[in-house]
Amino acid sequence: MLFFSLFKTLVGKEVTVELKNDLCISGALHSVDQYLNIKLTNTRVHNEQKYPHMMSVRNCFIRGSVVRYVHLPPGAVDVEVLHDATRREARGG
Amino acid sequence: MASLQEVPLPGTALAEELDQRLLVVLRDGRKLLGTLRSFDQFANLVIEGAVERIIVGEQFGDIPMGLQIIRAENVVLLGRVDEAIDAPEGLTRIPAAQIKEAQKGEKELNKLKSTIRARMDFLDLD
Repeated sequence: MLFFSLFKTLVGKEVTVELKNDLCISGALHSVDQYLNIKLTNTRVHNEQKYPHMMSVRNCFIRGSVVRYVHLPPGAVDVEVLHDATRREARGG
Repeated sequence: MASLQEVPLPGTALAEELDQRLLVVLRDGRKLLGTLRSFDQFANLVIEGAVERIIVGEQFGDIPMGLQIIRAENVVLLGRVDEAIDAPEGLTRIPAAQIKEAQKGEKELNKLKSTIRARMDFLDLD
């Protein structure tokens, strides 16, 4: 549940999601669920000419299984806190 | 009880999209447009009044598909489509039969390109 919790702290932040089909979508993180499905609002697709069908899409739901990377804004994650949380989770706490 | 309200129930992520006109992008690159009528925790979908949108160059066309159940593993993303800008900017709509022809033409061309490329492999292109 660690990454689910991490993503919940990032709600509202501007992120870029890169999919396994190389599509890159930037937008504000609206919500995330336990499968790490991601909902973005106010989306913008990189290289829009190549994906003309995405021009009329402003909000989207991305299935967690097709995500390759989520690019986070710099400074959005406190690595020390994450580190401690990881140890706690690994101990089963 | 407060925690129950904070954490949405598993698999309710798409409840807001019910009865909305959506664009569904599938893993093989196909694009379906239709109204979301049902879903489950895996994002299996029921899409009513579905059309497959084919885009070839500057032209696009819709092929009616009726009621579809989409198995979740094939879903890449769902996007809410703004009806006002439903037709992609700069593209012209052509009838279903014509867009199928255009798609066939494009496939042939791509096939030809890849065979030429394969034969010219020794030239070390790109």
